[in-house]
Amino acid sequence: MALAQVRPGTTVAELDARSRYFRKLIVDALEGGKRGHVGSALSLVEIVRVLYDDILDVRPGEPDWEDRDRCILSKGHGCLGLYAVLADKGFFPMDELLRQCTSGALLGGHPEAHIPGVEASTGALGHGLSIGVGLALAARMRKRSHRVFVIMGDGELGEGSVWEAALGASKHHLDNLIAIVDYNKMQCYGPVNETTVLEPLADKWEAFGFSVREVDGHDVAALQGALTRVPFEKSRPSLLIAHTLKGRGFDFAEQNPEWHHKSKVTPEDVALMREGLARV
Amino acid sequence: MRQAAINAVYELAKRDPRIVFVGSDLGIGTLEKMKQEMPDRFYMEGVSEQYMIGMAAGLAMEGFIPYLNTIATFLTRRCYEQIAIDLCAHKLPVRLLASGGGAVYAPLGPTHMADEDIAILRALPNMAVVAPADAPEMKRLMEASVAWDGPMYIRFGKGGDPVVSSDERGFAIGRAIEMRRGDDVAFVGTGVMTNRALAAAELLAKDGVSCSVLHVHTIKPLDSNAILAASARARLLVTVEEHTRIGGLGSAVAELLVDEGVSTRVLRLGFADAFFADYGSQDDIMRNNGLQPDQIAARVGEALGLPLPALG
Repeated sequence: MALAQVRPGTTVAELDARSRYFRKLIVDALEGGKRGHVGSALSLVEIVRVLYDDILDVRPGEPDWEDRDRCILSKGHGCLGLYAVLADKGFFPMDELLRQCTSGALLGGHPEAHIPGVEASTGALGHGLSIGVGLALAARMRKRSHRVFVIMGDGELGEGSVWEAALGASKHHLDNLIAIVDYNKMQCYGPVNETTVLEPLADKWEAFGFSVREVDGHDVAALQGALTRVPFEKSRPSLLIAHTLKGRGFDFAEQNPEWHHKSKVTPEDVALMREGLARV
Repeated sequence: MRQAAINAVYELAKRDPRIVFVGSDLGIGTLEKMKQEMPDRFYMEGVSEQYMIGMAAGLAMEGFIPYLNTIATFLTRRCYEQIAIDLCAHKLPVRLLASGGGAVYAPLGPTHMADEDIAILRALPNMAVVAPADAPEMKRLMEASVAWDGPMYIRFGKGGDPVVSSDERGFAIGRAIEMRRGDDVAFVGTGVMTNRALAAAELLAKDGVSCSVLHVHTIKPLDSNAILAASARARLLVTVEEHTRIGGLGSAVAELLVDEGVSTRVLRLGFADAFFADYGSQDDIMRNNGLQPDQIAARVGEALGLPLPALG
């Protein structure tokens, strides 16, 4: 397949075996639960993979461990990406993935705080960064050294509460707060820039007091490099713009709004995705 | 009442390191002593209610007990989703201190009045809703609030409200207080309307109508037993609230009676289903809505079909 672009003039990193493995888990979950936000989960796989593989100090067997790094998936609809990684890490049994969204299941269509490894219930957009500010302030007040990570979507940045929280984070100089934008440039209706003009996005966050870096959000090494260097600056909250592709890994779904959310995943969809996996 | 609550935050914070104050853009000098003595537990976060609620949720997730204060209507309408999800779904011990419940901000117009706050907050699972009658009762509530498991909405009156509560009657969240005994009519009031109900009961007594008054400072969880007991004795149960008749105390009482199959007649007094079309004072708005003691007494007399010469 032709290499897709994350930004004009750039190409997206190839997916390695572990990234393909997480996509297989997501397809398994879609087949089991027969629904899910497909594209929104696929764009953030490498972000959550790198966080949980390399960055976050967490204990899957002790999810409420007091000194853990906190991570909130504020774009809660991307939860299949998070669930795949949490299941792989052993926060809950892998079987739970296959039952997602069904009656009696542990996992629903958006993350909830009762799920091991999930810090806060999200799904209504624009909540995560405010909660993150509270968590980061609390860490400072209690003289703890853990960090707080918040993953937001680009469409989510239309919520005014995100910018209220940004004002608070920079006022309090929260350098233990790291926000990540999964900038896949597509929202439910189509291209983000046709619905909400976000550019110049890095400048906006800089103006709000964040120290900003940009990275190819599918490049594992680049994500590792950026996220191991947080805070980007002392006394300022960090913001990483991860340039991604919605539906990354499946050529038919990439940047295709039809794959933003599937409320009825058919056997044909599953077959298409399994064939797609073989091509990646 | 507001001053009693704000002062209580400082006093409680001195004793309990979990207590944090979060304000929006409050009057200069608010809790200055707390700011000086406990700067890491005093936050003034600006005109950003949605963020304030989320931030307080984050603090509460880490073991703190935040007390938030701003104007009631901004603290409820503006950030309802944050209250529902960040506070109620997570069942976090955040206290919402709501300045100017009901018609307190009458001169400022309908954008500043909170006339449906009880209805919308009461609809949320895990949320407690409390409206004290006066400043001493506010103080008792603030003491009791620290140990409450879950979010709580605390509605303030205007300040300088007549004191009708007393230490002797005690205070427990969720337990209504019998303020007056009587046989014919059972008043059920909340917030500062309890003092109007007591005054109306006094007027009715002059006409030989014996009234009880039950003060329901906690609208949720509702003290079902106390309300059922009051309704069992009376010919007419009258709910009195500084709130739209939709969804508040009167609705909560009516729901209870219907659920329990109680057929006591209910007169629900409150604001009309309309945005306020007048300014003036809280008392003016009360009078416009038939909620002053003489009006309440007259409406009760009318409901009972009694000629009430003393009111005449």
